[in-house]
Amino acid sequence: MARARKRTIKTDYLARVEGEGAMRVEVRDGEVTDVKLKIYEPPRFFEAFLRGRAFTEVPDITARICGICPVAYQMSSAQAMERICGAEVEGQLRALRRLLYCGEWIESHALHVFMLHAPDFLGYESAVDLARDHPEVVRRALELKKIGNGLMTLIGGREIHPVNVRLGGFYRTPERRELEALVPQLERAVELAQDAVRFTAGLDFPDYERSYEFVALRQPGEYPIERGRIVSSAGLDIDASEYEEHFVEEHVSWSNALHSRLRARGSYLCGPLARYALNSEELSPAAKAAAAEAGLGAVERNPFRSIVVRSVEMVYAAEEALRIVRGYERPDPPAVDVVPRAGVGHGCTEAPRGILYHRYEIDSEGTILSAKIVPPTSQNQKAIEEDLRGVAERYLDLPEPELALRCEQTIRNYDPCISCATHFLRLEVDRS
Amino acid sequence: MRLIGVGNRFRGDDAAGLLVAERLRSELPELEVLELEGEPAGLIEAWDGAGAVVVVDAVSSGSPPGTIHRLDAIGEGLPADVFRASTHAMGLAEAVGLARALGRLPGSLVVYGLEGSSFEAGESLSPPVQAAVERVATLVRQEVARFTSGT
Repeated sequence: MARARKRTIKTDYLARVEGEGAMRVEVRDGEVTDVKLKIYEPPRFFEAFLRGRAFTEVPDITARICGICPVAYQMSSAQAMERICGAEVEGQLRALRRLLYCGEWIESHALHVFMLHAPDFLGYESAVDLARDHPEVVRRALELKKIGNGLMTLIGGREIHPVNVRLGGFYRTPERRELEALVPQLERAVELAQDAVRFTAGLDFPDYERSYEFVALRQPGEYPIERGRIVSSAGLDIDASEYEEHFVEEHVSWSNALHSRLRARGSYLCGPLARYALNSEELSPAAKAAAAEAGLGAVERNPFRSIVVRSVEMVYAAEEALRIVRGYERPDPPAVDVVPRAGVGHGCTEAPRGILYHRYEIDSEGTILSAKIVPPTSQNQKAIEEDLRGVAERYLDLPEPELALRCEQTIRNYDPCISCATHFLRLEVDRS
Repeated sequence: MRLIGVGNRFRGDDAAGLLVAERLRSELPELEVLELEGEPAGLIEAWDGAGAVVVVDAVSSGSPPGTIHRLDAIGEGLPADVFRASTHAMGLAEAVGLARALGRLPGSLVVYGLEGSSFEAGESLSPPVQAAVERVATLVRQEVARFTSGT
C-alpha cells in the first residue's frame, strides 16, 4: 500500500477519573507511533503556597489538595515534620493514624472499584447505568463507602478534609466505647469487601501483562500503609530521605503534571499492584483467603486485575481496622510535643493510589522554607503511557469506539487522581 | 427541611453553594444545613431520609455569570453537562441518577444552580456570582417559608 495510513484515537475529556485530562494515541501503518496522557488541569501551586507558613499548618493545608485522599496528605506531611523535629508518634497514637488511613482506603477504593472502574468491565457508560441493572451491587458499594466515611468522621473530625490530625498525633482522641461502637459496621465491611473480591474476580479481563518495576513501602510485620522503607521489585530498598537520589521529576510539554522516573531504570508502578506484589505475605488471613479465592498469584502483572487487588485491599483495611479497634486504649495525651528545629524532613505513605512523597525544609522557628510534594499519579504517568501503548498495539484491530474505551479503561486501572497530580484526562487516537 | 451547599471553597465560583449554606446556617435554625464537595455517595447519604431538600451548586451552562437556574430534580432530572463544574467528574447529576436507580431520592429535591465564570484554584468569587449568592439565599428563605407554612 503506497499511502501511509494514519489513525488518531482520542478522548478529549476523560470521564470517571478525578480531575481533568485527555489521551491521544497515534497509529501509522498499523503501528502505534505516539502515546500521550495529557493532564491539563492547571498546576495548583500548593508547594509555593506552603512557603512562609508555619510547620504546624501542613496537615490542614495539604489535606485540601485532594477530596478523595486527604488523609494521605496529612500523614505524609505530618511524618516529614515529625522527623525534622525528632518527634516519635508510636503506640496507640500511631494505631489511630493507621485506623484513620484504613477509613480512607475503604472509602477511596469503594468509590473507584464500583463507581468509576466496574462500568468499564460490564459495558456501562457510568455507575448510574450500572445501578439501573445491578442496584444491589451499587447499594453494597455505597454501604461499604459509608463505613469508610464513618471511620474518617469519627477519627478525622469530619469525612472530607479531616481536621483532627495535628503534628504529634491528634487534637482529640476517641474514647474506647466510641470505637467499639464501630465493630459491627467493620465486621459488615469485611463481608462487603469479600463480596467485592468475588464480584470483581468474576469480571472479564483483557489478556495483557507487563513486567513492571513495582515500587511500594515495606514495613516488616504489616501491610504498608502509613510508614515503611521504599522498596522495589528490582531491589531498591531506601529510606524516604534518599528518595530524590533515586527518583527524578521531569516536565513534559504535553502535561501539566510532572513525570517521575527512577534515575537508573525509568518508569515504575506504584499503587495496589505494587503493594500487593511486594507485601502480599503481610495481608490479613481473610484478605489472603480472598486473594486466593480470586485466583491471584503472589504477583499480579495484569494491570486490569488491579480492580481485584483493590478489593482485596478493602478486605485487609476492614480487618486491620477491626484489629486496631479491638486493641484500642485511649492514648493520653492525644499528641506528643513537636518542637521546631531547623532541618529537612521527608515523609512517604501509601495513598490509595500509591506512594505519596513529601519533603520540607523549615527554620528554627518552624517557618516552612521549601516544600515538595510528589503524588502517586505523577509517579505512574510513564507506566500509564507505556500501558496505553501496549494495550493499543494489542487491540489495534478493534473498531475505534471499542479501542478508545479499552484505552480509557487502561488509564482507569490506575485510579488516577489528576487533581492531585497537577499540581487529568481526554483520549485521542490518531490513525488517519 | 435540609439545605445542602455543594462546592469547593478554593476554586473561585465553585464556592458559591457553600457560601449560601454558610449564610443560612446561623439564620434559619429550623433548617438542617450540610456542606459537601459534590461526590455522589456523599450527596445520596446527605439527602437520604429527608422530606424536602434544597441543593445549591455552581454550574457552567454557558449562561451569563450570576444567572440563577432553579431545577426540580425529581420531576425533570438534571442535565449532566451543566454540573461538571464540581470538583470531580461525577457530581450532582450522577448523584440524582444513582439515587433514582436505587430508590433513594428525597420527597422533593430542588436544585439551585448558580452560573459561575471562573473555577480556577486559589481565586475568589467573581462579583456577579457574589451578588447571585445573596439572591439565592433569599430564594432559599422563600422555599423554607413555603415549606414551613405547608403551601
